[in-house]
Amino acid sequence: MSIVIKNLTHIYNPKSPFETKALDNINLEIDKGEFIGLIGHTGSGKSTFIQHLNGLLKPTSGKIFINGLDITSKDVSLKEIRQKVGLVFQYAEYQLFEETVAKDIAFGPKNLGLSEEEIEKRVKESMEMVGLNYEVLKDRSPFELSGGQKRRVAIAGILAMKPEILILDEPTAGLDPKGRDEILGQIKRLHEKYKITIILVSHSMEDIAKLVDRLIVMYRGKIVMNGTPREIFSKSEELERLGLGIPQITYFMKALKKKWVNIRDDVITVDEAKEEILRAIRGNNYD
Amino acid sequence: MKEIMVKMDNVTYEYTNNEEERIAAVKNINLEIYKGEFVVILGHNGSGKSTLAKLMNALLLPFKGKVYVNGIDTTDMNKIWDIRQTAGMVFQNPDNQIVATIVEEDVAFGPENQGIEPKEIRKRVDEALAAVEMLEYKEYAPHLLSGGQKQRIAIAGVLAMKPECIILDEPTAMLDPSGRKEVMNTIKRLNEKERKTIIHITHYMDEAVLADRIIIMEAGQIIMEGAPKEIFSQVEKLKKMGLDVPQVTELAYKLRKEGIDIPNDILTVEELVSVL
Repeated sequence: MSIVIKNLTHIYNPKSPFETKALDNINLEIDKGEFIGLIGHTGSGKSTFIQHLNGLLKPTSGKIFINGLDITSKDVSLKEIRQKVGLVFQYAEYQLFEETVAKDIAFGPKNLGLSEEEIEKRVKESMEMVGLNYEVLKDRSPFELSGGQKRRVAIAGILAMKPEILILDEPTAGLDPKGRDEILGQIKRLHEKYKITIILVSHSMEDIAKLVDRLIVMYRGKIVMNGTPREIFSKSEELERLGLGIPQITYFMKALKKKWVNIRDDVITVDEAKEEILRAIRGNNYD
Repeated sequence: MKEIMVKMDNVTYEYTNNEEERIAAVKNINLEIYKGEFVVILGHNGSGKSTLAKLMNALLLPFKGKVYVNGIDTTDMNKIWDIRQTAGMVFQNPDNQIVATIVEEDVAFGPENQGIEPKEIRKRVDEALAAVEMLEYKEYAPHLLSGGQKQRIAIAGVLAMKPECIILDEPTAMLDPSGRKEVMNTIKRLNEKERKTIIHITHYMDEAVLADRIIIMEAGQIIMEGAPKEIFSQVEKLKKMGLDVPQVTELAYKLRKEGIDIPNDILTVEELVSVL
């Protein structure tokens, strides 16, 4: 088990008129190598939740274990947590600050006190992991790069810390479709090739449907749904009540099922929909 | 006779990069946007969409060529407030656009700065909040609202200036699905009911489907232009440009390739269900 969360509660401004319960008794286990999608409307507690996973926030009550280490205990060093859990913020490119791409990515490893050789090796490796050409880009200013490239530099900076768990908060927000597909493709590869445990926070039901093994839905500080994307997206009305939705293609299959009663409507990608419709047409099995 | 809201006459805008090179963010743009039209601008990050939008309300001035907003030349410094009042702008991040601690005070900010009398301000604020369906929140603190609600407050702030044209630069990029839906419904309603000219920049293809006309930019130029049905029927071309199509459009395209006889201009769930 990679992450174990027990009775996690977080209260902002406790004992003041502004007291808000942002997380309400969360219990969750995540296996090593899992690819988790985390969805929920704005203010549902997603950001508060993920900030607990690398020690940016401390729980009001409850425990979090990362690979057996209780990160909520007082004697645990933040450095140790941050090495295990990498957190990529929304609009992570705003955090780039160095003169060159290589220096920016090296910032984390340098603070770990690693040797020059090890730092260079990690910069090279992490650039390769996000599909950036080391030789071409290492001496460029990060600010000259495209939006998608900048964001990948920011992700490489986190990967250079060699985290076992990578959390990404809306890594595609504001990117064009091509930049979005690049980033998502790289994240998928990190999961498949490097077996990193990934938690992806997203507002795009379409992206989530294509990628994750398991989907966790938050609402008002609680986990209200937990299952495969196919299970979760079969509950469109419930998701809409929670301020969310389902992929357009799933809406379409549900609408089509009213006409063709014999088709499956638990379809979550365009290619699945194509196969199902062709099967119905060619098998002459609509209704 | 269609009346022109925004006219761009051979417009080029250049900036200087770190290496002192001059780069054209938009070049030789000729464009007319009509009153009451709903235009969506698509294109990559860095294709010049935001520059184009900022040229339309004199936040940027053309380096070459002319931009006219309701007939007013944007380089006419004496008319700059007339231009800003005619063409209001809404940006991506709602938190960067809200200035006051109470919703109605935030919406009143624009008209107060125009020196409008208090009675008229009161009326405009209520009307603007009603138009975005946020009247019941008028005494709320903005930070207690959701992203979609905050973005609607930002739109109300623009509406209180009584603009004819609203320019929105990726207003839904940071919102959750229900927030996006709220904002798009608001925009659509302002266009249909209040006859506002809408210029909407987005990366979401399902939003582009709602437009009267889509403009696609690449490397500072307009490379495609047309009604959603004309644009999205060219699936391969769009994909080559690194753009997307709605999921149902993609499905229809893939089914056609398998020999299924359906039209090539499907844009919505209902359309595809009806042809199958």
